[in-house]
Amino acid sequence: MLEIQNISKTFNHNTVNEKVALKGLSLVLKDGEFVTVIGGNGAGKSTMLNAVAGVFPVDGGRILIGGDDVTRLPEYKRAAFIGRVFQDPMMGTAASMGIEENLALALRRGQKRSLRWGISQKERGQYRQLLASLGLGLEDRLTTKVGLLSGGQRQALTLLMATIKKPRLLLLDEHTAALDPKTAAKVLETTDLIVNRDKLTTLMITHNMKDAIVHGNRLIMLYEGQIVVDVAGEEKKRLTVEKLLELFSRASGSDEAEDKLVLS
Amino acid sequence: MSLNPLELFSQLPGAVAQGLIWGIMAIGVYITYRILNIADLTVDGSFCTGGAVCVVMLLSGYNVGLSLLCAFLAGMLTGLATGLFQTFCGISAILAGILTQLGLWSVNLNIMGKPNQTINVNNYDLLVSLRYLQEVLKGTRPFYWSPILVTGLFVLVIVGLLYWFFGTELGCSIRATGTNLHMARAQGINTDFNKVLGLMLSNGLVALSGGLLAQYQGFADINMGRGAIVIGLAAVIIGEVVFAKIFRNFSLRLLGIAIGAIIYYVVIQAVLWLKLDPNNLKLLSALIVAVFLAVPHWKKSLTAPLARKGGRGDA
Ligand SMILES: Nc1ncnc2c1ncn2[C@@H]1O[C@H](COP(=O)(O)OP(=O)(O)OP(=O)(O)O)[C@@H](O)[C@H]1O
Ligand SMILES: [Mg+2]
Repeated sequence: MLEIQNISKTFNHNTVNEKVALKGLSLVLKDGEFVTVIGGNGAGKSTMLNAVAGVFPVDGGRILIGGDDVTRLPEYKRAAFIGRVFQDPMMGTAASMGIEENLALALRRGQKRSLRWGISQKERGQYRQLLASLGLGLEDRLTTKVGLLSGGQRQALTLLMATIKKPRLLLLDEHTAALDPKTAAKVLETTDLIVNRDKLTTLMITHNMKDAIVHGNRLIMLYEGQIVVDVAGEEKKRLTVEKLLELFSRASGSDEAEDKLVLS
Repeated sequence: MSLNPLELFSQLPGAVAQGLIWGIMAIGVYITYRILNIADLTVDGSFCTGGAVCVVMLLSGYNVGLSLLCAFLAGMLTGLATGLFQTFCGISAILAGILTQLGLWSVNLNIMGKPNQTINVNNYDLLVSLRYLQEVLKGTRPFYWSPILVTGLFVLVIVGLLYWFFGTELGCSIRATGTNLHMARAQGINTDFNKVLGLMLSNGLVALSGGLLAQYQGFADINMGRGAIVIGLAAVIIGEVVFAKIFRNFSLRLLGIAIGAIIYYVVIQAVLWLKLDPNNLKLLSALIVAVFLAVPHWKKSLTAPLARKGGRGDA
């Protein structure tokens, strides 16, 4: 479903702040794979996701989604294939618009925005049903401005928006990092539910190694802009935090694993 | 020096009519300032462009409807210029507006051929005119020619159309663009296109308002748009402050802006009636708008320490 071929990205080329964020990174995701991504601060996790989403052009390499080469496609056009949830709960929704208006915008992702009315009565029923499945009581607050919701509610809503129109690819960048542990667990649970229900091909960045082990069916670890660990299937199921740290030390050729990987 | 209340009262219809005309401009400013979240300074130029196009076309013998339509379209072109500066050239919003505004000075002079073009209401069929207002009040002209009624109708139709437009899929995507660029792009919205479209719509309305004002006062002048952005912001802010609690619906909020413009003009009339030197009006407007823009900021910095104190009190 997703094919990343040898992409590289350097920020601030030819300045003192030059930073190589991705060094010829390649990754192939099969249909329905749910991959958790870990790595220390600055390893290039967000850069990889943003490169796939088209936030900035890459310096080299190709990106294919479902066989379509999207390397040169602008961000808003790639959005037709991609659902995204960001780390910052403020980023994924339009605060001054209502819950139903946000969902209506998301339902039309990848379509031409016409002069038809922005929300149809029929959709409202669908929204109510979807919101009810979150178990947050949002189904009775369709017209509430999203700016009035809590961070957790907003992330849950963003998750709905990212998946309401089944995306070929779901990108989650530490989407529970800004939430308190209880809310984070709830949003993760919802994530699992939706991803499994719709069999979504997913990349999920997390700083929590336990979450990375428990969720998904494949795990990759980034280090200095490259993938250094890639485990799937039975091997992933048997993973432990200790095992992960050991894999990391071996891959990075150092024993600074505990410093580089933020444990929680 | 005596102040005659009757004199102020007699000025009111004129203030209301002018306020309604500027209200259309203020609604244009609202589209950029509040919906798109862009401070667009094109306005000071495009307002005059509208007046110039309208007057020159009327003088060339075109009818008033076509002249106003062309004023609107010319305004859209000015918005297109600013929009392309912002998106295609990556120039900051403020600077893009200033560039267009500066360029429009020459464009407007070229349209008019000289800094000031008068149009005599006796020789041309105008839609609104100060003369009509006086004649309606005297009873020598039927009431439906009152500029208050005509411009009021304009405002209602524009508010209706905008209410519809910003409720459509496209309109909603423009609102999303103004609220959150990240979210808009992630939802597949072409934010650059939407910015340009919003700027075009906004400046089209501003120019339409300029065309109406030129007719009303009987001339277009190269300086007629100077400070228009401040008047627009004043109307937006007054409208929001006065009607925030009552007008929740989008169309009512737009109406509130138009009424805000009326309030602004009534206040200006009152100030003039108090025999303030008209040369100081712009200073006064700038100060009033500055204060209103500062209030939310002050509120925030004032309530923060207060809230903390209150918290301690509770504990
Ligand atoms: N827009 C940018 N401009 C300049 N440098 C950047 C930019 N984005 C990322 N970088 C740099 O690229 C490197 C990789 O950053 P990235 O955000 O991908 O890391 P990450 O793995 O997501 O880390 P974290 O766990 O802290 O989120 C970092 O050194 C970062 O400073
Ligand atoms: Mg990151």
